[in-house]
Amino acid sequence: MTTSIRVQQADFDGQREYQALRQDCPAIGAIVTFVGLMRDFNEGDSVSSLYLEHYAGMTEKVLQDICQQARERWQLQQIRIIHRVGALEPSDQIVFVGVSSRHRGDAFGACEFIMDFLKTQAPFWKREDTAQGSRWVEARQSDDEASRRWQAPTSSTKT
Amino acid sequence: MLRILFFARLSEELDCREERLALPAEVSTTGELRQLLGQRGPQWHNALHSAGVLVAVEQQVADWDRPLNGDEEVAFFPPVTGG
Repeated sequence: MTTSIRVQQADFDGQREYQALRQDCPAIGAIVTFVGLMRDFNEGDSVSSLYLEHYAGMTEKVLQDICQQARERWQLQQIRIIHRVGALEPSDQIVFVGVSSRHRGDAFGACEFIMDFLKTQAPFWKREDTAQGSRWVEARQSDDEASRRWQAPTSSTKT
Repeated sequence: MLRILFFARLSEELDCREERLALPAEVSTTGELRQLLGQRGPQWHNALHSAGVLVAVEQQVADWDRPLNGDEEVAFFPPVTGG
């Protein structure tokens, strides 16, 4: 039942994270991982690079809290989260969320829940460089809606 | 002393990332602190009252009527856009 949260400038190795999720626990029946990448376009403009700022300290607390909420909702073994900060380029990996559990329903649900809340609650901000100059990315309403749908009661499915 | 932090668009618009401030007697909540800082000029007022601005006290998002006792870490920032 470990939770690993890392905020770092360096890139990460998804395969290594996957191996860490499978390690030493024969009770695990499912692993779900998500990797978010940097797109080369946004709001109709081509984006050449991205800078990610964060609120050190609060970021880790919010992510811990999101993991705690996920554990209260689903039966989970490990949770591993990595979020990068600093300068990024198109196709770079930005975020990793990996969850292991006995059954796939819990892992699918928890992984999506964690990403939806990470996007709307964790204090990260993106500034993107386009041909028109540098601009801060606006929050999306669709992300708020994605996190709000978890407020409706759901039941954990066993598979 | 309050430790006040500004992030992302706000820190750019205010040209300030961090400052220390002795809590004035007339300020007892996060909302009153925002009002006080906003009196520094239109730039401060507009930045701190722009759509969706959030305040966190001791690294937890708070309401605008959250009481302050004067030695907290208070952060102002725009809606988050990570992930």
